[in-house]
Amino acid sequence: MRAIERWVEVPLQTFLSESAARVTLLMTSSGQVVAQHGFTRSLDVMSAAALGAGILASTAELSRVMGTRPLDAVVHQGSAVGVYLAGFDTPRGRWLGLVVFGPETSLGLVQMFFARMVGDLGRAAPAEEPPRQVLAEDFEAELNSSLRTLFGR
Amino acid sequence: MSLDLALSDITRIPGVRGALVVSRDDGLVVADALMEGVDGGAVAALAASLAGRMRGVTAVLGQPEPVLLTLGGTEGMLLLAPGQSGLLLVAVAGSDVNVAELRLSVLAAAGTTF
Repeated sequence: MRAIERWVEVPLQTFLSESAARVTLLMTSSGQVVAQHGFTRSLDVMSAAALGAGILASTAELSRVMGTRPLDAVVHQGSAVGVYLAGFDTPRGRWLGLVVFGPETSLGLVQMFFARMVGDLGRAAPAEEPPRQVLAEDFEAELNSSLRTLFGR
Repeated sequence: MSLDLALSDITRIPGVRGALVVSRDDGLVVADALMEGVDGGAVAALAASLAGRMRGVTAVLGQPEPVLLTLGGTEGMLLLAPGQSGLLLVAVAGSDVNVAELRLSVLAAAGTTF
């Protein structure tokens, strides 16, 4: 398990050990990865983050067209694995979680422990830091630093 | 017997705090009749997990699947009756419940509903 922000580690690790999820990705609603477990290639993480954010954006738009409240979670249930994709609010803004789970656990357990992790993240989040300007010369270094954190390279 | 009728047969017993029909594979609530304060989603998820693990244990032992599981705690108990149709009947009760009556009701409801 790797996280860009240290305070995410304990809630995510607790979720992973209790839910028995195989793969988990936490990201912002724009698809920026915050933490991941189970991915081995950065390309897979970036693709999954972009697709997950796109799916939830599509369902949000679908619910708007239907005139209903935004749908918070989407489940894709396959014969071998299931995918649980949910949006949630944190003190750091709206985040998304993508969880891949197998028959060794269940959707009910994943949902339950995911909800607990959301509560844990809300309690663990430090006070908001003042926004700082992102300079072009810092961007690549920060991006590389984030990728090293997520993949240990 | 309808699911609601099966649940009401269990919840009418004094000391019962709720009853649920749970999808065994997903651990999700199919139908419930719960007192306030009982987290149906959590009960369903954990009960389905417990039933699945016990099914694994009995399979390893070469025994048929149990028809009733009882989990006792200091303040109450959980009774689970797996059905044949992928459903699980769950009763949540306090420690003051008549256990014999509850066992019979759960088994009867599971036998006639699933």
